[in-house]
Amino acid sequence: MPVVMDADRVSRTLTRIAHEIVERNRGVDELALVGIRTRGVTLARRLAQRLVEITGESVPTGALDITLYRDDLMRSPVGPQPVIRRTEIPFSIDDRKILLVDDVLYTGRTIRAALDALIDFGRPKAIQLVVLVDRGHRELPIKADYVGKNLPTSLKESVQVRLHEADGVDEVVVEEHQP
Amino acid sequence: MSANRLTSPPGGTDTMGAKPTGAEPTDVVARTLRHKDLLGIADLTPEEILLILDTAEAMKEIGFRPIKKVPTLRGKTIVNLFFEASTRTRTSFEIAEKRLSADTLNIAASTSSIQKGETLADTALNLEAMAPDMIVLRHSASGSCHMLSRICRAGIINAGDGMHEHPTQALLDAFTIRERKGRLRGLKVAIIGDLLHSRVLRSNLLLLTKLGADVWVSGPPTLMPPGIDRLGVTATTSVDEATEGADVVMLLRVQLERMQGAFFPSLREYFSVFGMTEARVRRANPDVIIMHPGPMNRGVEIASEVADGPYSVILEQVANGVAVRMAVLYLLAGGAEHEAAA
Repeated sequence: MPVVMDADRVSRTLTRIAHEIVERNRGVDELALVGIRTRGVTLARRLAQRLVEITGESVPTGALDITLYRDDLMRSPVGPQPVIRRTEIPFSIDDRKILLVDDVLYTGRTIRAALDALIDFGRPKAIQLVVLVDRGHRELPIKADYVGKNLPTSLKESVQVRLHEADGVDEVVVEEHQP
Repeated sequence: MSANRLTSPPGGTDTMGAKPTGAEPTDVVARTLRHKDLLGIADLTPEEILLILDTAEAMKEIGFRPIKKVPTLRGKTIVNLFFEASTRTRTSFEIAEKRLSADTLNIAASTSSIQKGETLADTALNLEAMAPDMIVLRHSASGSCHMLSRICRAGIINAGDGMHEHPTQALLDAFTIRERKGRLRGLKVAIIGDLLHSRVLRSNLLLLTKLGADVWVSGPPTLMPPGIDRLGVTATTSVDEATEGADVVMLLRVQLERMQGAFFPSLREYFSVFGMTEARVRRANPDVIIMHPGPMNRGVEIASEVADGPYSVILEQVANGVAVRMAVLYLLAGGAEHEAAA
């Protein structure tokens, strides 16, 4: 179970991404962060904190649950439905640049669902994608704008992002998939 | 262990769930609703009831969006089959279905072949031949939903069957109470009115006692089902006693259309003895909420000042009904396998 990012590494990576966001957008005017439940929300909050430290300005932050937009929801006639969590976007996304935040970018299907969900909230000026880990194996034409770490993996592996708020520790580990 | 894995469809390719993000601490237990139908509260465990209420909380937010629609039930066909008059329940189901992108059609008894003498079973089998995914049924016969569930592949949702159950009403009542009070356990809930003819009462008694509320019922002795106290509730003919210190007061409609014979001398006398007036509300807790499943008979079971008072949550109940029905539709759509009936 190799640890590919430890707490220090996660922290430095988020600081670097925050600087990249400020540089690329020439400040944080018009920006808003939207994290994908669950780990993406935690990461979005941490990025918001860093953006305040860097620029002194606060960036509105929201949470998005994409369950109802999944493309595999009703594919199986049998089986329980995934639990839905609350979406909270307490600001208008119209004409803002939205930073969509998730922990791991894999097939791209979660991001596709998130884009559809976001657009039901309004018409943002732009959407930029932030991920802590890009593990490859895309099934849709989706690319991240800010990547914490590119991590080549095999399909047999799974990437676990653990964050202090939910898991008590900050780390990214690669595990063999349990069949 | 990842909750994602526990709650994603077994045997599926699980491309999205393959992102193993781990579980939130509250999600250690897999939470599922494995039913084809929702026939009554009697069939639900406390955990299943809480899952529906939690899901409804997430659904409620969709109603505040600029585009009040999610694609979840795209391509599903839902038939609303209503053999009894209904405004709230039918509209509420229809809005819930549309917000989840299902295709809906409404059949009311007055405009269908039922007028020509077709039986419920034949109507259902003919509908079934057109392969709907779910049927929402309201019928004046108790047990009609159970019968339909035996002969139909489609999932059946009970929208009120005779004097038996009205499960989505009880769920939306519980949702409203929990939203206002933060809990159900230990609350004193007084249910007052026509206890004999009320399916809302039956579903509410089952639900509230399953979730640990202290339930009191009150009404005229002629409208009190014998043995009701065996259902784990306190029965009294004194409205004042039932209302004393109550956290929730729920009024039930006097169902004149179901009454054959004289159960009380006059509506005026009913109001003076059992009607919820401001004076009676003052006996309850200062932060009491007043509920009514509708339609209200103002000046019979409830005074107009009470219905429109600051403690009234009657219109919140209606608003919450949509979210609760969305939750039920969503959870049942992925429920247990829809097996053909023998």
